[in-house]
Amino acid sequence: MDENIAEAIEAAPAAATSDAVVAETFRVKMTTRNVNVHYAEKHALRDVTLDIGEREVTALIGPSGCGKSTYLRCLNRMNDTIDICRVTGRLELDGQDIYDDSVDVVQLRASIGMVFQKPNPFPKSIFDNVAYGPRVHGLVSDRADLDRLVEQSLRKAGLFDEVKDRLGDPGTSLSGGQQQRLCIARAIAVGPEVILMDEPCSSLDPIATARIEELIDELRQNYTIVIVTHSMQQAARVSQKTAFFHLGDLIEQGETPRIFTNPRDEKTQGYITGRFG
Amino acid sequence: MASEHIVSSFDEELNELKNKVSEMGGLAEAQLVNALEAMQRRDTELATRTIEADARVDEMEREIDAFVVQLLALRQPMASDLREIIVALKISSDLERIADYATNVAKRTVTLAQSPQVRPAHAIPRMVRLALSMIYEVLDSYSDRDTQKAIAVWRRDEELDEMYISLFRELLTYMMEDARSISSCTHLLFIAKNIERVGDHATNIAESIYYLVEGRPLLQSRPKGGDEEYDRVEAPPSQ
Repeated sequence: MDENIAEAIEAAPAAATSDAVVAETFRVKMTTRNVNVHYAEKHALRDVTLDIGEREVTALIGPSGCGKSTYLRCLNRMNDTIDICRVTGRLELDGQDIYDDSVDVVQLRASIGMVFQKPNPFPKSIFDNVAYGPRVHGLVSDRADLDRLVEQSLRKAGLFDEVKDRLGDPGTSLSGGQQQRLCIARAIAVGPEVILMDEPCSSLDPIATARIEELIDELRQNYTIVIVTHSMQQAARVSQKTAFFHLGDLIEQGETPRIFTNPRDEKTQGYITGRFG
Repeated sequence: MASEHIVSSFDEELNELKNKVSEMGGLAEAQLVNALEAMQRRDTELATRTIEADARVDEMEREIDAFVVQLLALRQPMASDLREIIVALKISSDLERIADYATNVAKRTVTLAQSPQVRPAHAIPRMVRLALSMIYEVLDSYSDRDTQKAIAVWRRDEELDEMYISLFRELLTYMMEDARSISSCTHLLFIAKNIERVGDHATNIAESIYYLVEGRPLLQSRPKGGDEEYDRVEAPPSQ
């Protein structure tokens, strides 16, 4: 046998193994332990313990009122803004307690960005929508720096080519799908590590939805993403992990392919196959 | 299924699919019964009718294929529904093969009927009956979602394999004793092989049923009769 071929054959398995090792490295980005949420007397979330893996997409699914959005909003302390809401349990980002008194909530929300159900651009230009965060957080030193960061963020959100000639137009002049990508660019601009998405496609048509899903898949290279969705097909398409909530309980969590082919819990099975649970 | 879908037409479609598979199973089973009877009675007319009836089994397979594609496209099934549909597709393809083997037995029966009967032919009906009981029970376990019964079928294939091996030896010996029987014995050998293959497809179906109910493959290693046991049969010293 040719020696080169022999070497190539010898070398091949080693290369394959190292790839596999990289792929299997699972690092927890956010840890949540025994999270309980009360809205006044209502116990909205009960003892949820869930790990969010770094640089992967975790989908939260479940019927309306199951607590999935409530849980999502705990992850960047959005529930702080609701007076009657009380959150207990431990929530960590990279091992740091995010509910600790020393935590700067504004800074926290820059690290853990959020995209909402309805695109909500500021009533400002496309440029300013993205530039606002970096300016407020003092992330840029001069105008050239800011231009670069805005372009970079718009590119990452897959929007730059569509808007580069009209950065001065109002953000609200864009189509729904573009507005949503603008909101993603706005979140990206302040350098987050985690992006939370609360039904980001529910007001979009299938083409705009596909673009966002494609974007989510790209963003996963650099960001940790948690997405709440009512579309099980969407959860199946975009996520690596799926967690199913029901009436305030986390019923089941696991690898997305397993959840959708062989769920362990009857309630999960009932929900994803469209049966009365 | 314990509970029903919110969209009841989906339940009706899944039931229809299940009924189609059961009906196709009944057809494949009947084909094998007729092939056996034709062979035992050396009835070329029945054999010919059996060969012709295979078209109906093929047609049912195409029907199930089309229905499965439609269900996948329109219902986007998940979890147990997905397994139900995929398993129907797999089982129908196994049933189509089983019916093909029955047809092949019928074809060889037509040829065999033209030559004198050879002795080892008597062992074949026993094999067919065993294969038939496997099909019968595996179809039953499909209807009842009974994995215990499916596993029992799966294990019984060993017996069929052993019968095949012993018939193989018998036929070889017989051919060596009487060269004029080679043609008939070769047909019998192929028939026996066909029946042995029917058993393999019955075990495939059993595995599919297990997957359907449990959501994971049946991974135990199956007891196999007659592996590596095709010993050489030496010709008797010439006199």
